[in-house]
Amino acid sequence: MTTPAPASTATVDLATRFPGVVQLDARPDYTGFIVEKDSLLEVAAAIRDEFGFDLLSSVTGVDYAPDKMEVVYHAYRTSGGPGLAFKVQVPRIDPVEVPSLIHLWPGVDLQEREVWDLLGIKFSGHPDLRRILMWEGFEGHPLRKDWKEGFYEEDVKPFKSRWPQGKFAMAEDLNPFGDNLTFPKNFEPEKWIPEGEALLYGALARYTVENEDGISSDRIVINMGPHHPSTHGVFRAVMTLEGETIKGLKPVLGYLHRNHEKIGERNTFLQNMPYTDRLDYFNSMTNNFGYALAVEKLMKIPVAERADYIRVIVSELSRIQNHFVFIGTLLNDLGAMYTPSLYAYEERELVLDIFEAISGSRMMCNYYRFGGVVRDIPDDVMQKIKDLVYERIPPKTDELDRMLSENEVLLARMRGIRMINAEDAVAYSITGPVLRAAGVPYDVRRADPYGIYDRFDFDVAVRYNGDLMDNYLIRIDEIRQSLRILDQAIRQIPQGPINSQKPAYQVRVPAGEAYGRIESPKGELGFYVLSNGKPNPWRYHVRAPSFVNVTALEKISVGTKIADFVVLLAMFDMVMGECDR
Amino acid sequence: MYGKGILKGLGVTWKRFWDTYTEDIAWVLRGKKRYYTEEGVRHRSSKDQKGIFTVQYPEEKLIQPEESRFLPFLVYNELPDGKREILCTSCGICPKVCPPQCIWIVRSNDPVTGRPIPEPTEFYIDMDLCMNCGYCAEYCPFDAIKMDHDFEVSSYGRNVYDMEKLLKSSEYYKSIRPLNYEREETARIAEAEAKKAKEAARAAAQAAKPANPPAAPTA
Amino acid sequence: MDSETFNLPQYEIPEDLRHAVAVTTLDRLYNWGRRSSVWPLMFGLACCAIEMIAAQTARYDMARFGMEVMRPTPRQADLLIVSGTVTKKMLPPIVRLYNQMPEPKYVVAMGACASGGGPFKEGYNVVAGIDKFLPVDVYIPGCPPTPQALIAGLIKLQEKIDRQIIKEASWYKRKVKDPNYVPVPILGPDLIDPRRAADIKAAAAQEE
Repeated sequence: MTTPAPASTATVDLATRFPGVVQLDARPDYTGFIVEKDSLLEVAAAIRDEFGFDLLSSVTGVDYAPDKMEVVYHAYRTSGGPGLAFKVQVPRIDPVEVPSLIHLWPGVDLQEREVWDLLGIKFSGHPDLRRILMWEGFEGHPLRKDWKEGFYEEDVKPFKSRWPQGKFAMAEDLNPFGDNLTFPKNFEPEKWIPEGEALLYGALARYTVENEDGISSDRIVINMGPHHPSTHGVFRAVMTLEGETIKGLKPVLGYLHRNHEKIGERNTFLQNMPYTDRLDYFNSMTNNFGYALAVEKLMKIPVAERADYIRVIVSELSRIQNHFVFIGTLLNDLGAMYTPSLYAYEERELVLDIFEAISGSRMMCNYYRFGGVVRDIPDDVMQKIKDLVYERIPPKTDELDRMLSENEVLLARMRGIRMINAEDAVAYSITGPVLRAAGVPYDVRRADPYGIYDRFDFDVAVRYNGDLMDNYLIRIDEIRQSLRILDQAIRQIPQGPINSQKPAYQVRVPAGEAYGRIESPKGELGFYVLSNGKPNPWRYHVRAPSFVNVTALEKISVGTKIADFVVLLAMFDMVMGECDR
Repeated sequence: MYGKGILKGLGVTWKRFWDTYTEDIAWVLRGKKRYYTEEGVRHRSSKDQKGIFTVQYPEEKLIQPEESRFLPFLVYNELPDGKREILCTSCGICPKVCPPQCIWIVRSNDPVTGRPIPEPTEFYIDMDLCMNCGYCAEYCPFDAIKMDHDFEVSSYGRNVYDMEKLLKSSEYYKSIRPLNYEREETARIAEAEAKKAKEAARAAAQAAKPANPPAAPTA
Repeated sequence: MDSETFNLPQYEIPEDLRHAVAVTTLDRLYNWGRRSSVWPLMFGLACCAIEMIAAQTARYDMARFGMEVMRPTPRQADLLIVSGTVTKKMLPPIVRLYNQMPEPKYVVAMGACASGGGPFKEGYNVVAGIDKFLPVDVYIPGCPPTPQALIAGLIKLQEKIDRQIIKEASWYKRKVKDPNYVPVPILGPDLIDPRRAADIKAAAAQEE
């Protein structure tokens, strides 16, 4: 049985280093430090440079209505080890303002914009603080506790109208506008002038430039998405081009923003589990893992031994199928229409068959419960897993490798086209295969092991060129490492109960905060869960790797040709469900 | 170099193409039918699959594992007199645990005694809210709501299911989930027996009791 | 294509001509042509899009129904599969895509989200069903519908196409204004449907 890891705060004493401005967060079951707002930049610089926490993983806000708001930062060392949480508290009087950390960690760019958009916390010093998930002109900041949407029914689930009242009514009939709408009083639609996207295009700076010969030329603005076959969902990028070279780029997100966090704060802890399936919909098994970890940390319950192994097995299977699909869609984006992706999806289907047999659903598994998993793996399915791991996937990986890795067209398109170097990758908070392909051997499974990953012998796949080819090859490396882990897990898995707790539809979660993070196939997936002892979380934040990785897109793309942009984008292996949440 | 890599890759696709036909011939030689048989579908979903991977829905269907879940349904027992005994007791656990809150249970009182009837009067599930998570079936203490295997339910209108559309017989449930049904049935029998034994013990104790204390006035 | 599917039952064909001659109506022939070449728009929104892609791949192979040509441009597409959660921010592009599709055009609401809002219905940025804006032909429940369920839904759509009559088809009628045109919603303080502007104004005035 693995007991939950102790609160992962590194043994640094910020409070003595900065007496007076930094205090230990003394609330019970909270970790980290509270920093005075005015000295945030100074303390953050020290955290990065003196204490070596070079990777600022997550930035999020919490609304402690009615008196204060808090911004929570989680920083880690790329060399490994536990992290450090530091917080800034400000009174909840508009404008709520906190200094931006963008000059220390450029990776906070989109995350700060998200906090501004959803919670209305202004980051002074941020050069481009626009809304990100909602549109400019939207009324209010939805994650504030006093903000209510059109279909608002009650603060927390379960709703009384379902039981005991049992009055069936469509939510539409209860809203004065007959739909999921809220408008300010006396709003007149015909007088509304849409703000359009002047701010967005303005952020791309100048359109007319003079080149070195003194001839002025116009830059072209290109919109790619949200409907585009190779943006992997409803992603939109607006770029300015000079000839074929990208000179400026802004990602536009929010086209799949389905209010995961707001709904998550209304759900009970258990009800959130199936919602996490729909974050990164390729990898529901790893999403569940992160959320289960965070809540188990809060509940301080152990995980059943067999369940720990099952979790590793399903997570690694999930990683394998994700990387297969990645390679398939990458080749699609490169123009090798369909054949490689058809082959890749075959292996994915076989893995999904296993998921369906153990959890019931192909994609939305909803397989984890607090303290274990919901169902044991029956013997015949175990045999199927063994068949796949020992007999099917290794030769198919080799086959894919043989088919693609030496292909001259592929080499010409991918070799030498640089993505990002190690230093920038860390500064931009990139995690996952993209970071490792740039030469930073940072993998949460090894750097800060969760579950029982410390028991397995595997290598962190790392490549050093940082070009597109490395980004592709590292996925194949990771499939092979996952197979190694699977081999060990299958051989070591013990018999026994699959859950340390009794099945219960209501769980008691004591007050406190927890940050559970895992290495999802896309990067570091973190869940920041805050409980105040009630059946529903007070704050539920998802640190989505796809979202944070996109921050660097501008940095990476500027200067490359537009033809390469599709491939650069494909390398992030984005999933919009997770990116926009 | 010089196209060797491309040729190698083409070799892989060529082999895959060829495998379909060699497999076909191998099946014919073994005297087995590869298409439109359960064995064929099973083989195509196994590690040994080679060549063609297609399962030709709707002529052949993928084999659904027992745990497979799609939409929820309510279970009823068919009584000998043709009446339906609905297992649901309107305890309210499923609407409480349902993450998207898509279940409405309408209860009513007995017109004579005024006490609530356990059987639900109406039961609505808005299938356009349901996220197929399976919590209702998982946490139902009476095995009254279960997840269906039937996925061919597309329609020309919105899908709000009332009780009539939700009810399916326990025979059907047994046919899609035999192992689960068996497990639940044995548990139910064991529970009933334990209850009976307990009652018998209590009756025995009661029978033994009146001997000692002053007996109740008997006729 | 066998003659069985074409033959009308009311016409008797001599035994020796059974395999050579088919008697049918123009409607049937025409609808058979249309139903066997429904080209979906290559348009994915969310989780369901992955199952839609899976339905295109080797195991389910929608090519068997003449649906393998997924066109990224709406100008060449017949079918809009709304595969996933429709957000308010995404709705204007979707409506624009729909308006750009040539007639005859069909809309399939795939999955709970597109049909009626799905698990995210209560969210502030979610449209509770695409049928509030576009005319939906087939609803496929499930979250997500498996690829087989999607194909079952598309077969249902084919059945619908089979029943259409050329004479009554709206796309051959002379018309001044496209009856299928949907005004593009506007992103205001919340989503503004131009068709309902008056309602919104009235309701906003009454708000306390």
